[in-house]
Amino acid sequence: MSMYGYLFRRLLGTIPVMLVVAVFIFLMLRLTPSDPAAIIAGDNATTEQVAQIRSQLGLNRPMIEQFFIWSGNVLTGDFGESFFFKKTVASLIGERIEPTLSLALFTILIAVLVAVPLGVLAAHRHGSWIDRIVMGFSVLGFSVPVFVVGYLLIYLFAVWLNWLPVQGYQRISEGVGGWVQRLILPSLTLSVIYIALIARMTRTSVLEVLSEDYIRTARAKGQNERTVLFRHALRNAAVPIVTVIGLGIALLIGGVVVTESVFTIPGLGRLTVDAVLARDYPTIQAVILLFSFVYVMINLAVDMLYTLLDPRIRY
Amino acid sequence: MKMLRNAILAAAFTAGLAVAAPPAMAQTTLRVVMHSDLKILDPIWTTAYIVRNHGYMIYDTLLAQDEKGAIKPQMVEKYETSADKKTYTFTLREGLLWHDGKPVSSEDCIASIKRWAVKDSLGQKMMTYVASIDAVDAKTFTIKLKEPTGLVELGLSKPSSNVPFMMPKRVADTDPNKQIEDFTGSGPFVFVKDEWKPGDKTVYVKFDKYKPRSEPASGLTGGKIAKVDRVEWRAISDAQQAINALQKGEIDFIEAPSHDLLPTLKNDPNVTVFVSPLAKNQYVFRPNTLHKPFDNPKIRHALWYAFNQEDFLMATIGDENYIKPCKALFICDTPLASTKGMDGLLTSNAKKAQELLKEAGYDGTPVLLMHSTDLKVLTNLAPVAKSLMEKAGFKVDMQSMDWQTLVARRAKKDPPSAGGWNAFLTSWVAADVMNPISTAYVNAGCDKASFGWPCDEKLEKLRSDFASETDPAKQKAIAEEVQLRVIEYTPEIPVGEWVAPVAMRKNVKGYLTSPVPVLWNVEITK
Repeated sequence: MSMYGYLFRRLLGTIPVMLVVAVFIFLMLRLTPSDPAAIIAGDNATTEQVAQIRSQLGLNRPMIEQFFIWSGNVLTGDFGESFFFKKTVASLIGERIEPTLSLALFTILIAVLVAVPLGVLAAHRHGSWIDRIVMGFSVLGFSVPVFVVGYLLIYLFAVWLNWLPVQGYQRISEGVGGWVQRLILPSLTLSVIYIALIARMTRTSVLEVLSEDYIRTARAKGQNERTVLFRHALRNAAVPIVTVIGLGIALLIGGVVVTESVFTIPGLGRLTVDAVLARDYPTIQAVILLFSFVYVMINLAVDMLYTLLDPRIRY
Repeated sequence: MKMLRNAILAAAFTAGLAVAAPPAMAQTTLRVVMHSDLKILDPIWTTAYIVRNHGYMIYDTLLAQDEKGAIKPQMVEKYETSADKKTYTFTLREGLLWHDGKPVSSEDCIASIKRWAVKDSLGQKMMTYVASIDAVDAKTFTIKLKEPTGLVELGLSKPSSNVPFMMPKRVADTDPNKQIEDFTGSGPFVFVKDEWKPGDKTVYVKFDKYKPRSEPASGLTGGKIAKVDRVEWRAISDAQQAINALQKGEIDFIEAPSHDLLPTLKNDPNVTVFVSPLAKNQYVFRPNTLHKPFDNPKIRHALWYAFNQEDFLMATIGDENYIKPCKALFICDTPLASTKGMDGLLTSNAKKAQELLKEAGYDGTPVLLMHSTDLKVLTNLAPVAKSLMEKAGFKVDMQSMDWQTLVARRAKKDPPSAGGWNAFLTSWVAADVMNPISTAYVNAGCDKASFGWPCDEKLEKLRSDFASETDPAKQKAIAEEVQLRVIEYTPEIPVGEWVAPVAMRKNVKGYLTSPVPVLWNVEITK
C-alpha cells in the first residue's frame, strides 16, 4: 500500500472515532446530574425562572432532538453559542488556542532538550551515580503532582527570588520578552513529568542499542564517543522515544488543564475547567471534540514519523 | 563544569527577561480579582452576584442605601410622596448622561423599572401595588399606586440581586427573559466589550462625563467618583495564586480572599485586610417541605433545638474575628433585626430536640442532606449539620456533590429516592435577607416559592402586611411576627453570620463600607 493510501485510510478512520466521541460526550453531559439553566439563573432565581432559561437554551427538548440539532450544526462547522458567554464557541476556542499552543510547544521543547541528553548520558554511564540521579529524578518527576511542582517553582522563582511573574499570560503580539517570561514557569512545571518519562525511555532504548554489534564496530573504528552515542545509538533508539514524545503531547492535554488553572493562563485547559464547572454544554462538547481530533492527528503524525526514522518500516 | 556554566547562563537569561519586561502598568489602572469570573453581562437576567457587581460598575440606580441602610436619592434629584401615599413623583438630576452621550430620560427609567420588576421577586411584589408609571416630562415621572406600600423605596434602592439598574429605553425594552446585548449604562465606569475576555479579564474605563452627586460617598449613595482611569478584573481562580499575585504587586485588590490564607496577608506590610461591617453573609439551612420527614413542620421545628451557630461558623470560617453568631432572622445590627422568639433556640439542646421528634411522630425516615464539596465557605456546613442532627435523633443520609450539581438537584421536586432531596445549606449576602419580602426562603408561596417550596398562608399574609405598611415601626413589628412564624413553620434556619474581608495593596485607598463591593472612590496613591 502506498503511503498516501495509508494516510487516506487513516484519515477516513478518524470519522467513526470522532462520531463515537461526539455521541459519548453528548450522552455523558446529559446523563450527569446537572442543569446549566439553574446555574445561569443564580441563587435568587425561582423555579419558574430556571424553567424559562431551560426552555430558551432548548434543554427541555427530547435528548435525541438536541443531539441531531447539535450534530447537524457541527457538520456545517457551527459549534453553537456558549450558554454563558454569549459568544460563539468557535470564537471562544480561537481566543484560547494561542496560550495553550505556546505552553505545549515550550513544554515539549524543554522536555526534549533536557530529557534526551539526560537519558543518553544515563545510558552511557549505566550504573554510575549520574544514572542513579537521572533515574531518581524520573521517579520523582512521575510521583509529584503538577500543581505541587507549580507551587514550588512559583515560591522559588517568583516569590522568593522575584525573577518571574507569579501568574498570567502575555500574548506574543504584545511583546516576545513578556511572552517568554510568562511561559517559563508553567512550561517548566508541566515539563517535569515529560522529562521523567522521556529520559527514562531514552535511557532504556539507548542502553539496549549500546549492546548491539554495530556500536561495538563503530567504537572499534575509532569514532569518538559523542558520535557513537548521538549518531549511531540515539538514531537507532529513536522509534520508541518518538512514540513516547507523541504520547506525551497527547497527555499534555490533561496537564494544561491543571497548569493553566494554577498559572492563570487563559487557554483551552482553563476554558475546559470553566465550561465543565458551569455545565456549558456547547463549549465542553466542542473542546472535547477538538482535543480528540488533536489526539488522533498526533498518533497519525507519530506513525508517519516512523517511516522517516526507520526506513525499514513501510505501510 | 559545562552544566554549571549552562545553568548560570540560563539563570542570566531568565533574569534578563525579567529586566527587559515591560514596565509596570500605569498607576491609574486598578487590577482586581473578584470572587468569580464574569460570564454573563445582564444583571437583570441573572441573580448571580458577580453580574450584580458588574452592574454597579457601569449602571446607576434611582435610589440607594447608605452605609447605615438609609434610603437616599441617587440618580434622582428628589422624590416626593403624595399625602395619600399613593403617588410617588421622581425628578431626575440634571446632567445625567448615558455612556453614548445621550441624556438620561424618564422614559429610560420607566422601561428599566418595568424590566427589572418582571424578573425580581421584590419588584414583582411591588408591581402588584402599582397602578401606572407615567412620564410627566423628560426629567420627571410618577409611580401611582392602587394602595400605599413601602415597597417602592425599598425596591428601587434594593442593594443586591436583582438591583434595579437604569438602562437606556432601547436596552430596557429587551424581553426580560432574553439577555441584553447593548451594555450602555450611566454609571461611573464604561464597560469595554472589545477587551472582555472571559476567563482572562474584564475591562472598564472611567466615564469622563459622569456627574457625581455632591454629597460624600456613603455605602451605595453619594458621589460616585471614579478615581482610577481603568479597572481590570483579572480572572485568577486559584486562591493561593491570587494571594501570591497581590503580595508581589501584580494585582491591587482581592474581593474575597480565602479565610485560611488571611494570616499570610496580615503579616505582609504591603497589604491591608479590610473588613467592611456591612459585607455580612448569613448561613442558612433549607429543608424541603414537600417530602418526608420535613413535610411535617413539627419535625422541622426540632431543628431549631438541634443546631447551634458556633459549630457551623467555626467549622467553616474558623476565625472568631470574622464570625458572628446571630439569631436574628433579618441580620443583626440592621433595622429589622430582632431576637424575639429565639430564647432557648439554636443551643444544641439535643434532649429537647429528641422530645420534639418523638411528639411529632418522627419514624426514622432518613434526611437526604446535600453536601457541596467545592466551595470552601460551604464545604463544612453539611457535616456539622449531619452531626448535630444525628445527636438529636435524626437519621441522615449525607450525599456529597459539587455545588453546581446541588444547584441542579435542588430545583427538582422529586422525592429523595427519585433524585430529589430533603435539605441543603447555603449562604446569603446579608443585603438579600434584610426584610421579609426580599428574603427568598421566607417566601412561602407554594409553587412560587424558592426551592423547598414552603406553603403557608399565615406567612404569606404577614409578608403582604409588611408590603402594605409604610411606617418603619409597624414594619418592624410585622417583621418580628414573620420571625415568630418562621420559627414555628421553619422554612429555613439561620445558622450564623460571617463577614468576608477584602484585601488590597497598602497604596489602595478609599474602599467604601458597603453591603456589596463597589470600586468607585477607590484610588491608587503613590
